[in-house]
Amino acid sequence: MTLAMPTLAEEAPVVATVRREPMPSLRAAQAPTPPVPAGIDAESRSWLRRLRADGAEREGALAELRELLLRAARFEVGRRRARMPQLRGGDHEDIAQQSANDALVAILAKLDDYRGDSRFTTWAYKFALYESAAALRRRSWQGREVPLDAEHWPLIADTGSTPDEDAETAELLGAVGEAIESELTEHQREVLVAVTLNGVPIDVLAERLTTTRGALYKTLHDARRRLRESLAERGLPVEPVVESESR
Amino acid sequence: MNADPNSGRENVVARLLGPVGPELTCDECFAQLDRYVDLEVSGADADAAIPGLSAHLVGCPACREDHESLLEYVRSERS
Repeated sequence: MTLAMPTLAEEAPVVATVRREPMPSLRAAQAPTPPVPAGIDAESRSWLRRLRADGAEREGALAELRELLLRAARFEVGRRRARMPQLRGGDHEDIAQQSANDALVAILAKLDDYRGDSRFTTWAYKFALYESAAALRRRSWQGREVPLDAEHWPLIADTGSTPDEDAETAELLGAVGEAIESELTEHQREVLVAVTLNGVPIDVLAERLTTTRGALYKTLHDARRRLRESLAERGLPVEPVVESESR
Repeated sequence: MNADPNSGRENVVARLLGPVGPELTCDECFAQLDRYVDLEVSGADADAAIPGLSAHLVGCPACREDHESLLEYVRSERS
């Protein structure tokens, strides 16, 4: 089974949606300013103070922050461009600019969540890199079908053993294949195969299935737990999943 | 399909079965990623400070990419 992706003609091209203005609208509703977290370093404290200020001081901080975010976004785009030959020259900069804008909006919306557990810039870079990577993953799979079947499983299972592998691994792989077929729900099987065998990014798959990355990872986690349980029940040397307290 | 049959059946089994855990969720991972990376860059024991994050990175390719990217960028900024 595959999930058909809208054709390029049906979907608004990424480049066409790029906002060209240097900064998105950043007027946040006025709310009580939370206290600066204790133990925060001086530079991070300064970022918080300036971003919560009024007038020229805030505008200057926003421009400076966006420049940092754009640099990080360009880094991420550059890091991945060799793997994305379908991108044209201008696409790289468009994606970096859009990602910097999206990151800035996200940062301002979550500014009160920053607790000073890291440097402010590390916290901010996280958003720019995430937005860039997600945009590039979406772009990489644009117009492509998402494979959900283990159509190449026989090729994997029948690959000759290397000197590093032994009969135990071959037996385990065979049992994993059987357990995938017999122990998992169709949805669990499709998610597991798409993400772990077919290399479909989990956020791309979430978009196609109109769900969230977190929900899909929960499905993946549950499928793996069931596989491990099933293999252990068959006497194979597989440890059970240890659940965290938050699950 | 992107699976590389030459990557070895042990790797295929590892990808399918994932970490033993316990592991964070994707949202928890994103929330802690900056702290984890700053600890790594400073040479501190990030795994001890944030249990479950490294296990999640083993199991989630997208979060693993995000971590690699942030770590590489922060290191490049401070070098």
